[in-house]
Amino acid sequence: MDFLRPASWEEALAAKAEHPTAVPIAGGTDVMVEINFDHRRPEYLLDLNRITDLTEWEVGEETVRLGASVPYTSIMEHLRAELPGLALASHTVASPQIRNRGGVGGNLGTASPAGDAHPALLAAGAEVEVESVRGSRLIPIDEFYTGVKRNALAADELIKSVHIKKADGPQQYSKVGTRNAMVIAVCAFGLALHPETRTVRTGIGSAAPTPVRAKAAEEFLNAALEEGGFWDNGKIITPSVAKQFAELCSGACNPIDDVRGTASYRRHAVGVMARRTLTWTWESYRGARRITEGAA
Amino acid sequence: MRVNFTVNGRRQEADDVWEGESLLYVLRERLGLPGSKNACEQGECGSCTVRLDGVPVCSCLVAAGQAEGREVVTVEGLADFAKQRSEGGCASGACGTSLQDAQQWAAKGQDSQTGEGGELSPIQQAFIDAGAVQCGFCTPGLLVAADEMLERTPNPSDADIREALSGNLCRCTGYEKIMDAVRLAAARQGEAV
Repeated sequence: MDFLRPASWEEALAAKAEHPTAVPIAGGTDVMVEINFDHRRPEYLLDLNRITDLTEWEVGEETVRLGASVPYTSIMEHLRAELPGLALASHTVASPQIRNRGGVGGNLGTASPAGDAHPALLAAGAEVEVESVRGSRLIPIDEFYTGVKRNALAADELIKSVHIKKADGPQQYSKVGTRNAMVIAVCAFGLALHPETRTVRTGIGSAAPTPVRAKAAEEFLNAALEEGGFWDNGKIITPSVAKQFAELCSGACNPIDDVRGTASYRRHAVGVMARRTLTWTWESYRGARRITEGAA
Repeated sequence: MRVNFTVNGRRQEADDVWEGESLLYVLRERLGLPGSKNACEQGECGSCTVRLDGVPVCSCLVAAGQAEGREVVTVEGLADFAKQRSEGGCASGACGTSLQDAQQWAAKGQDSQTGEGGELSPIQQAFIDAGAVQCGFCTPGLLVAADEMLERTPNPSDADIREALSGNLCRCTGYEKIMDAVRLAAARQGEAV
């Protein structure tokens, strides 16, 4: 095994081009587990810790450019206002020790269907900035996950950052597990309201081969909210609407039975989380609306 | 490969390190510092917790080469680390814990029951006084994590303590005493100010 320690992003891209089998390591919270357990013996480890650009973020007009190695701890502490869904998701990652090392770039690189960041990224709307010596490109998050632990990266590409839409409305995140800390999601759900476009977006984790959006549920809810004038009148979501939304979210799942839970439990739990997060976000939207419009 | 880094305030060099080796392995097997414990090797248990450039991490998930040029504090150096912090830096100019001292470090002092006469950090003393040590395997990781939390959050709530220690497992299930110990250390830290 060779340990490559590029000092700059350009050096890292050159190393990855020269050794496409090199495994990038940043926080190490996935890669080192595989090495410790002898599940993986990469020819080359490509250490990204010396590249400080990767641990920086930039809050722009419409998006946050989040460096691939920004640790979850920093997202929780510094980006709660801009990226509330991702900040909540970050807080559910493992433990403080893991959150101090791991970041969204690694979550995307591993592309496990159980990765905690995915539902939040899908719900908020994001693009993954990847680069190789050939050039850089932005991959829409909906096209990024291609299979179980597979993603749209080419062999010579590295993940540089994620461009995530700044929240324009309430966002929520919910995760099922046996305890609060140190849990791989049995299933997870992210929901973002986008009042500016009068749309909602969802993200489902650990309940299909890849993280997915519940698109039929989104379309149903978009239409129901529009039809009932909910965005303007700020009324309570009708229970039948919430129920239908939850059922459609369950329907978007394609889960398996495994040690963490059964397929039918996952489908059921995703529906429950969909209904709850819809209630939480909508109540918060109504609250904000009352304040901005000065109504009682 | 060779790894040069700072351990407990002193420059150290580890030779013949395999590229896939963890920082934990280097500390225990190359430098002879067995304080950081090796248990799950997947970041679940927290018994290998050390500070890497001040930040608590699972040393089993840091590749040895990633520690190059960086500063590591292990439980063996915690007493000296806490002392320097309380004195606002290194007054004597000869701080840190030498490898030999670290290798021979023991909580014994003159009295193994009370820790009296030994060089202990406040959190270590509090663990002894509160009876928070049973088999002792999880203790080093808990000490490093708790000490960092108290540095960051001088007056922690119970929720703060639980959160900070949520990545450290104790299978003797001595969590209540561990909570007591951290509350005790926090109270003593408050009195001292």
